[in-house]
Amino acid sequence: MNVLNSIIEQLINGLRTGSIYALIALGYTMVYGIAKMINFAHGDIIMVGAYILYVFVSLLHIPAIPAVLLTTMACAVLGVVIEKVAYKPLRKAQPLAVLITAIGVSFFLQNIIQLIFGATPIPFGSIIKIPAITLGSITISGITLVTLIVTTICMVSLTLFINKTKAGRAMRAVSEDKGAAELMGINVNGTISLTFFIGSALAAIAGILFICQYEALKPTLGALPGIKAFVAAVLGGIGSIPGAMLGGILLGVIESLSKAYISTQLSDAIVFGVLVLVLLVKPTGLLGKQRKEKV
Amino acid sequence: MKNLIKNKNNIIIFAITIAVYVLIMILVNAGLLSRQMTSIIVPVCVNVMLAVSLCLIVGFLGELTLGHASFMSIGAYTGALITMNLTTLPVPVAFAIAIIAGGLVAGLFGILIGVPVLRLKGDYLAIVTLGFGEIIKSIINSLTVTGGAAGLSNIPKYSTYKQFTLIYIIMVLMILLIANLVNSRHGRAISSIRDNYIAAEATGIPVSRFKVTAFVISAVFAGIAGVIYAHNVGILKPGNFDYNKSIEILVMVVLGGMGNIKGSIIAAVILTLLPEVLRGLDDYRMLMYAVVLIAMMIFNNSAFKARLLEKKNLKSSEKEVE
Repeated sequence: MNVLNSIIEQLINGLRTGSIYALIALGYTMVYGIAKMINFAHGDIIMVGAYILYVFVSLLHIPAIPAVLLTTMACAVLGVVIEKVAYKPLRKAQPLAVLITAIGVSFFLQNIIQLIFGATPIPFGSIIKIPAITLGSITISGITLVTLIVTTICMVSLTLFINKTKAGRAMRAVSEDKGAAELMGINVNGTISLTFFIGSALAAIAGILFICQYEALKPTLGALPGIKAFVAAVLGGIGSIPGAMLGGILLGVIESLSKAYISTQLSDAIVFGVLVLVLLVKPTGLLGKQRKEKV
Repeated sequence: MKNLIKNKNNIIIFAITIAVYVLIMILVNAGLLSRQMTSIIVPVCVNVMLAVSLCLIVGFLGELTLGHASFMSIGAYTGALITMNLTTLPVPVAFAIAIIAGGLVAGLFGILIGVPVLRLKGDYLAIVTLGFGEIIKSIINSLTVTGGAAGLSNIPKYSTYKQFTLIYIIMVLMILLIANLVNSRHGRAISSIRDNYIAAEATGIPVSRFKVTAFVISAVFAGIAGVIYAHNVGILKPGNFDYNKSIEILVMVVLGGMGNIKGSIIAAVILTLLPEVLRGLDDYRMLMYAVVLIAMMIFNNSAFKARLLEKKNLKSSEKEVE
């Protein structure tokens, strides 16, 4: 019974980190689907989100729920601004140039935060104060519970938004064919901005959930979850929204199980190893679409 | 006529190479450089090697890799372990074995990464190389031979500024090899893969073979650079070779102008010297990197640059008319 319990607990842990990865991965995948670029700075939006929350809650003493809403808005606007300043001029450039610009933006955000707040980690208590619940012999912490509920709500509403609303249909159309979408009267620039807005807002929520778990702020905080989430997006097939969710949760579970039963130090190697293996077998990821190359 | 110009260029480059060497030797021997500056001579050479080797992949093959530092770390650890364990051999022999073995082992891993290279391209390849770098880092971190997270220390310092001549020769050889490769038939094949791989394949260029070759050559050179780095600093930690180091090398290649070896060399020298010269501004160094990267990319693709080029072309064509 004990072994089973510990496995279930590890699975729940994995589900928690995995659903945070999935939220971040959604941002990567949506931006990739529409702008055909890897937004390397996405991981740093998580970090900025955590710092903004810290400013609102610890320095300005705003209560938790409005602070969370304000943080989400601020990050969403930041995402749109980054798109307008750094990525929009490069829309027709080769992919390598855009990727390098995104790396530049990522460095920029990390270093500007380091200049403002310093490189030493700032302790920051969790804003989620819900008691743990016990189901039989398994305890689920309040943070895990909130994380699972929030991420589920986000994913369901995003899926509904993309599939049922006019703006969501416009997004799908732009990702399918930008030129044709423009001819149909879709505001392409507006749609791309909207994508960055939603993606960054999701990243901010992920950042808030992440910081509630780790309780220390540092400028490089977004790098590792950012890269992991990116791996999750690629694993699931970049550009595919269900793929990002699947990839994120799968990655979280693999990571948590390998941390518990194989080796803590090798867990990163295992995660990336899985990615390499999957890509070797399916070069477009688990749920990605295979595109035929035409001359 | 064309041959004459080429010869003239070669002579100029040869003269510059010798002049730089003589200048540095005079400065070092006359004691005109501060301790800080003498200690940075070898790191400059190491960074030039890394930048030139990455230039082959990013600039000429046209594939982005984000794991170049891992090849360097493989070379560094291999070399360091060899010289630390072969203490009975005379120093030059042990160091020579270390350099060759470091390069070879890194090259082996280059073949390993070559397999996904054949299947993937563009963004997918970039992320796989990044993952590859992380895998190498965490494996080094968990092995006992490599000292784990504490790393290796007390590596014999065989490549300080006193061995500058040897390191300079290795660096120049490396640059010559890559420059000649790029200008050869094989180099043109590699560039053609970058420009249009379908067309390259259709003209009968074995795309897969050239891709792997480019990766292996680049890995070998990065491994050798790693060996020299290890014997210069004396301490190795897995954290030294993270994703940021790979980006730092990439910045050199991008700033130098992709597909331009001279540019990569100059950028590597400047970017290594800059933080030493601007000690006080160290906090702003990475911020500057970031701004410069973004600005370069936007400028390169702006209408402003297109207009400048147009004007320049117009002027030169006017001259021809005259």
